[in-house]
Amino acid sequence: MKPARKQRLILIALMVIGASIATAFALKSFNDNLMYFFSTTDVVAGKAPKTALFRLGGMVIKGSVERPGDGMMVRFKLTDFSKEVTVEYTGILPDLFREGQGIVAHGKLNEQGVFIAEEVLAKHDENYMPPEVKASLKNQTTSGTNK
Amino acid sequence: MFLIPNAVVRFFHRMASPPHFYAFTDKVMPWLIIIFVLLTGFGLYGGLYLAPADYQQGDSYRIIYIHVPSAWMSLFIYMVMAISGAIGLVWRIKLAEIVAISSAPIGASFTFIALFTGSLWGKPMWGTWWVWDARLTSELILLFLYLGVIGLYGAIDDKRVASKAVAILALVGVVNIPIIHYSVEWWNTLHQGPTVTKMDKPSIHVSMLIPLLLMALSFKVYYLIALIQRIRIELLQRERNAQWVKAKVLEQV
Repeated sequence: MKPARKQRLILIALMVIGASIATAFALKSFNDNLMYFFSTTDVVAGKAPKTALFRLGGMVIKGSVERPGDGMMVRFKLTDFSKEVTVEYTGILPDLFREGQGIVAHGKLNEQGVFIAEEVLAKHDENYMPPEVKASLKNQTTSGTNK
Repeated sequence: MFLIPNAVVRFFHRMASPPHFYAFTDKVMPWLIIIFVLLTGFGLYGGLYLAPADYQQGDSYRIIYIHVPSAWMSLFIYMVMAISGAIGLVWRIKLAEIVAISSAPIGASFTFIALFTGSLWGKPMWGTWWVWDARLTSELILLFLYLGVIGLYGAIDDKRVASKAVAILALVGVVNIPIIHYSVEWWNTLHQGPTVTKMDKPSIHVSMLIPLLLMALSFKVYYLIALIQRIRIELLQRERNAQWVKAKVLEQV
């Protein structure tokens, strides 16, 4: 390779490496701000804001969804498989909302530590399969636990 | 250069010469179009008709046959643009510069399609058109990078200087590519994690996966077709004073 070309190649490589390192540092320092939501463990540990609005993500615990009043109010528990947080929401839930589904709620905590949501979004998982496959998977796991 | 067979090296040397490229693409274009039509036909038929509905999303999931290939292409084309830009910078090959700038509008379109179809799907599924999570935001930045490349190229009159400026912008923007890909793993996002492009087995049923891969291939071929057409036009414009262009024009008349 001719010296001039080699020099240009090295310059370009240095530029890309430099830009990558700068970005890596920037992202690292803003890491917490880039998180779209807090986990339930964060909330129980007191890492989430006490008075401000924030987003809370987790899985709706099976059998925890209840409608205490006769209005639109729904109460359910969210978990990250370690800590649980109770959420209350009044409004229309998205299509994918169901027990065992991941969701992200936007709202704030009240004095009792209950999360009052203003908005609930469903977090879709990365699994795609026909309903029959899902059903047979379910049968396998239930027969597995029965043994 | 030692590991690559001589025939391949010769092929690339010939391709770097505009008249050869022009003549060669004339011949392959019909074949590319046939392959594209077949792939798209089978992909859409498989995806929209043969593939079963999803256990959770029903028929709405079928947007992945457009959304996912477009998103893949938006990243792929950016890498092609940056690498050919770098080759143009180092070796000063005219054709590499043209490949870089001709890729930009195609990549921008695919990025826009990915964002737009995702938004249409997001409203019924997530419950919102748009959120500022890491995946969506970094993909939007990619669109702005493409638009920046197109704008910068247009703003400089000397096209060889413009190509250099554009290549540097594209190369700096490369840092965004791994960010987009890993955003769903590094941070909490509303966007779901990877389904196909992960080390593990793809978490999609094979009857849904095959049409998806066909569509991904069809989008790649489409990119090739669109790229070649754009390069040919750009070549004619840049080389309008060259002998081979004059000969071509006279041939047409």
